[in-house]
Amino acid sequence: MEECIQTIMDYGLRSQGVGERLLPRTDFTLCQQFTLIGSGMIWNIYFGVCALFSGFFLATALALGKAARSAWFRKPSEWFIFLFRGSPLFIQFFFAYFLFLSLKGVIPYFSPLTSAWLGALVVLFFNTSAYTAEIFYGTLQSIPKGDTEAADAYGLQGWSRFRRVIWPTMLRLAWPAYTNEAIFLFHATTLVFFSGFPARQQKGDALYYASYFADKTFNPFIPYPILAMYFIILTLIVISIFGAINARLNRHLPQDRRAKIKFRPQIIR
Amino acid sequence: MGLYWSFGTVLLLLAITAPVALAFGFGGASAARSHIAPLRWFGKTYIAIVRGVPDIAFFLFFVIALDQGLEYLRHKWKCPDWDEPVRQGNDFVVCSAAKLPLGNSPQWIHESYGFALAVLTFSIVFGAFAANVLFGAMRAVPHAQLETAEACGMTRRQTFWRVLVPQMWVFALPGLSNLWMVLIKATPLLFLLGVEDIVYWSRELGGTKTPRFTDYPHADWRMWYFFFLLVFYLCFTKVSELVLDRIMARLTHGQATAGGEAQRKAAA
Repeated sequence: MEECIQTIMDYGLRSQGVGERLLPRTDFTLCQQFTLIGSGMIWNIYFGVCALFSGFFLATALALGKAARSAWFRKPSEWFIFLFRGSPLFIQFFFAYFLFLSLKGVIPYFSPLTSAWLGALVVLFFNTSAYTAEIFYGTLQSIPKGDTEAADAYGLQGWSRFRRVIWPTMLRLAWPAYTNEAIFLFHATTLVFFSGFPARQQKGDALYYASYFADKTFNPFIPYPILAMYFIILTLIVISIFGAINARLNRHLPQDRRAKIKFRPQIIR
Repeated sequence: MGLYWSFGTVLLLLAITAPVALAFGFGGASAARSHIAPLRWFGKTYIAIVRGVPDIAFFLFFVIALDQGLEYLRHKWKCPDWDEPVRQGNDFVVCSAAKLPLGNSPQWIHESYGFALAVLTFSIVFGAFAANVLFGAMRAVPHAQLETAEACGMTRRQTFWRVLVPQMWVFALPGLSNLWMVLIKATPLLFLLGVEDIVYWSRELGGTKTPRFTDYPHADWRMWYFFFLLVFYLCFTKVSELVLDRIMARLTHGQATAGGEAQRKAAA
C-alpha cells in the first residue's frame, strides 16, 4: 500500500514531466500501470476540454455561415466542414504535423505548433468545429417555425432575435447529438501521440502509456482494460455534465417533451 | 512502387472487411434478439463493449490478443508435453512449432498473416457497430408485420427469415452507409497494426532523401504526400456518398416511408 502511494507520488504527474524521469522498465506492478495510464489521461482531458470549448464558438459561426444566404459566407463554411468531415482525422494529424514542420522551417515563430500541446489541439479544434457545425446546421434547419414567427411578432430583429430565440432553440435541439460528439472527441484524443506528433521525454497520453506497457510485457490483457475503465469513467462524467446542461436547456418544457440524451455511436472520424 | 500497391492493400481491406463485418454484425444482432439467455447476453455484450472505449485501443488490443490466442491454441494442440509455463514474467513463450507464422516461412507469409489479423480485427470491431445498426433496424420493422406472420402460423424461425430480415434493410441502410464512410476513414489505422499501407509508404518515401542513399534526392516531402492522401480520401468519400445516395433512392422506391412518399410526389 505504502509502496503504491510512493508510486503515485513518483508517476502521478509523469505525463506532465513532473516527478520520476525514468519509466519503470521491469517488474511492472498493477499500481504502476494504473498510475501512469491515469497520469496520461490528463492529456486526453486537456485536449478534449480545450478543443470542445473553443470549438463550440467556431462551430456556431460555421453553422450560421453554412445557413447564410450569401455565397461568400456559405461556400467557405461548406468547404471547411467537408474537408474536416470527409477525411480521416489520422491523416489530418499527419498532414498538419508536417505542414507545421515546414512552416517552422520558414518562420521560426511557428515552432510551438510542432509540439503536441498546441499543434494537435489546433487540429482537434478544427475537426470538432466541423463535426459540431454540421450538427448545429442540421438543427438550425429544424427550428420550429412557430418560434421564429413568435420572435417576429415581438419585433425582435438581428442580434437579439438570434441571441434570445434562435440560438437557445438550436442548442436545445442539438444537445443530444452534441453530447455524442463530445464523447467521441474524447475518444479521438487518443490518436494524437500515434500520429506525427512526438511524445517528448515520454510525456504521452493514456493510450501511449497503455501501449508502452503492452509492448514491454507482451500482455495486452492488463493495460488496455485499465485504459478502457478510465475512458468509461470519463464517458460517464461527460454524460452527466452534458445531461445537467441538457436539463437546464429544456427546463421550460413539460417533462415528456424534453429531448433525451441517447447514446448513438458515430465512432471513428 | 510500394505506394501504388498499398492503395491496393487498402481497397482489398475494404472489400474483405465490409462483407465479413456485415456477417459478424448480423450474427451479433440476431444473437442479441435470441431467446436463449447466454446467446442474448453474448450479443448484447458484444454490441455494448465497443461503445464506451476508444476504437484505436481496440485495434491495438485485438491484434496482440488474437495473435497470442491463436498461438496459445496451437501450442496446446501441437506440443502437449511442454512443461514450462507460457507466460514467463514479461515473455510470452510457446514452442517453436506453434509459432504463427512459422519462424522459417517466407516473408510474404509473414506479411499476409499480419494483413489477415488486421482484417479480422477490423471485422470484429466494425461487426459490433454493424450489429448495433442492424439491431436497431430489426426493432424498427413495424411490429404489426411480425404479429401478422405469427397469426399466419409461421414459426419464430420462419418469421425471422421471411418477414423480418427482408424488411429490415431499408431501415438499416442509412446506418450502414454511415458505417461505410466510417470504415473508409478508419483504414489509415492499418498503419498502427504494422501493415505497410499508404501512411507507411508516404512517411517512408516522403522523408528527406540524401544523395548518398538514393538516385533521387529530395527534401522533406512528407507534407505533400500526406496532402495527396487527404485529397484521395476526400474524393473517395465524395464518390461513395454519390453511390450510396443512388442505392438509397433505389431502395426507398415504393416503400411506405417518408423518402418513398417524397419520391412518389416528385414523380406525380
